[in-house]
Amino acid sequence: MDQFTLNWIFIGGSFLIYIGIAVWARAGSTSEFYAAGRGIHPVTNGMATAADWMSAASFISMAGLIAFTGYDNSSFLMGWTGGYVLLALLLAPYLRKFGKFTVPEFIGDRFYSPTARLVAVICLIVCSVTYVIGQMTGVGVAFGRFLEVDNTTGLLIGACVVFAYAVFGGMKGVTYTQVAQYCVLIIAYTIPAIFISLQLTGNPIPALGLFSEHTASAQPLLERLDGLVQELGFAEYTGHHGSTLNMVLFTLSLMIGTAGLPHVIIRFFTVPRVADARWSAGWALVFIALLYLTAPAVGAMARLNLIDTIYPNGTTEAPLAYEDRPQWMQTWETTGLLTFEDANDDGLIQWYNAGSADFAATAEERGWEGSELIVNRDILVLANPEIANLPGWVIALVAAGGLAAALSTAAGLLLAISSSVSHDLIKGQLNPNISEKGELMSARVAMAIAIVVAVILGLNPPGFAAQTVALAFGLAAASIFPVLMMGIFSKRVNNKGAVAGMLAGLVVTLVYIFLHKGWLFIPGTNSFTDADPLLGPIKSTSFGAIGAMINFGVAYVVSNATDEPPQEIQELIESIRVPRGAGAAAADH
Amino acid sequence: MAETPSNNEYWSANIRLVTICMVVWAVVSFGFGILLRPVLAGISVGGTDLGFWFAQQGSILVFLAIIFFYAFRMNALDREHGVDEE
Repeated sequence: MDQFTLNWIFIGGSFLIYIGIAVWARAGSTSEFYAAGRGIHPVTNGMATAADWMSAASFISMAGLIAFTGYDNSSFLMGWTGGYVLLALLLAPYLRKFGKFTVPEFIGDRFYSPTARLVAVICLIVCSVTYVIGQMTGVGVAFGRFLEVDNTTGLLIGACVVFAYAVFGGMKGVTYTQVAQYCVLIIAYTIPAIFISLQLTGNPIPALGLFSEHTASAQPLLERLDGLVQELGFAEYTGHHGSTLNMVLFTLSLMIGTAGLPHVIIRFFTVPRVADARWSAGWALVFIALLYLTAPAVGAMARLNLIDTIYPNGTTEAPLAYEDRPQWMQTWETTGLLTFEDANDDGLIQWYNAGSADFAATAEERGWEGSELIVNRDILVLANPEIANLPGWVIALVAAGGLAAALSTAAGLLLAISSSVSHDLIKGQLNPNISEKGELMSARVAMAIAIVVAVILGLNPPGFAAQTVALAFGLAAASIFPVLMMGIFSKRVNNKGAVAGMLAGLVVTLVYIFLHKGWLFIPGTNSFTDADPLLGPIKSTSFGAIGAMINFGVAYVVSNATDEPPQEIQELIESIRVPRGAGAAAADH
Repeated sequence: MAETPSNNEYWSANIRLVTICMVVWAVVSFGFGILLRPVLAGISVGGTDLGFWFAQQGSILVFLAIIFFYAFRMNALDREHGVDEE
């Protein structure tokens, strides 16, 4: 059976399962649509949160980014897991006790202001739509590669599948679908990693294999890798080369952004009790950690395998001839994500750091006239099983896993968007007397509109999937997290402070990003680049942490200059601080 | 709910617990993983140093421990102060 047929079987089979579950668990009431009737066990909820959270950025992109940069990209690992500590300790149990359905609802009630709720809806939509665009781009690329169709067709197929189960299933359907997706994606991620770890180190656990001995060279694996990359003029894999300040701010942005993303927070509304909300965050991180502890091993081992493939006799000997290149390089060449250009016409693939001044003399001596191979970082995880010569079913499994990751996150985000539009905007502000049926219908319409918008923008995205995702994190960090935290831990922050804080954080961060990435991402309209940012070493992806500090600062100053919150709000804060009395939430209020 | 001495005690115990956890959270990630890495450079782990391990794996394991420790302690605190869910 050829690879194409295998891909179809694995992808098609996994989709049938997802759609089947969505149909089986069709939501009947509004409460079920948004929060699955709060009947979800913490372990189940943790697994669904993990699937919701781990998107194309985690599955497809992250290990590749680590592989090509090494230690400096550890920010992704710490940032995208450390945020769960903030969620578990600072937000999840209190929001569950508050007992409403959406994030803007909490902000509107706590800050006794429809304006605050409206601003929260805007922040939420800006972050979520940005995030969905990134996911849809990823879906398009993955479908395009594995179904051997063009990017646009891949994107449209993906949009239809997301639409089918998110619109008809609601939260309950999505929750169980996401449990299935988690299983698919974690198996798909770890199986090739186990094979590769066994090949290279003899250790079946990739996370431990990373720090074990490389069997072929009898050296520790990381020492071997450090040696090889430096022999080709690249920076030492385990070394710290970038700006420390930027690394700290980037890590912090990803952490705060994680705790501020509405589709993750909304998950903690679905557990039965406050105590379960605390456990649920822990379980989510357990399931996320299974992938995140494996990812640095996947990255390092893929880099090592790639060097060994291109320099089969060692980095000081002649590299691989283009004629003899393996099948996987040919397959990826057709996508344009891997390219070879024979700069010195010797028919051999020279791959090294042409930008290194120290290595220039060696390159000249060997007659190398530039690095001839360009490998897109985003293909590394998908190509990994092929690089390691693993069987065809493993390759098909990875394809299904990558799509599961992208689709589950897109569906969760669409749910967050639709509930804030129908529940917060329409029921909360425009038409409070809307029937339950009407509310459900408007949620589905909002979802459909959001998908259409995401597809249109996804066809012509503002950047690579990972860049778009980083932007969404910065915005969530700067706008949503600070007011949620202050709403719980401060009795002094009032309506005016919250509105001013959210707007200041959102606007300043958006402007900083637009200054570097172009206004509304239109190419050429940027005044700065991330290579040479406006504020010292601070890149636009790291600015979310500063935006969050601005949000905190502005809210604090404005609140202290205006009246303190009324008595009933003080009592509301008292009540969300203790778990007792956290019954099921009411749909009406 | 009116503010009672018991609630205040409960809340300040919670704040103390959160503070301790957040300090550990920051020390393992921003500390051991980034800023204090040169200090830990002498301790070697599988071909590299301890700071690299904390940045790529260690901090994640500590984050897990923090969340479960917090959940366990808080659920106990709820019962001690009689504010748990019946």
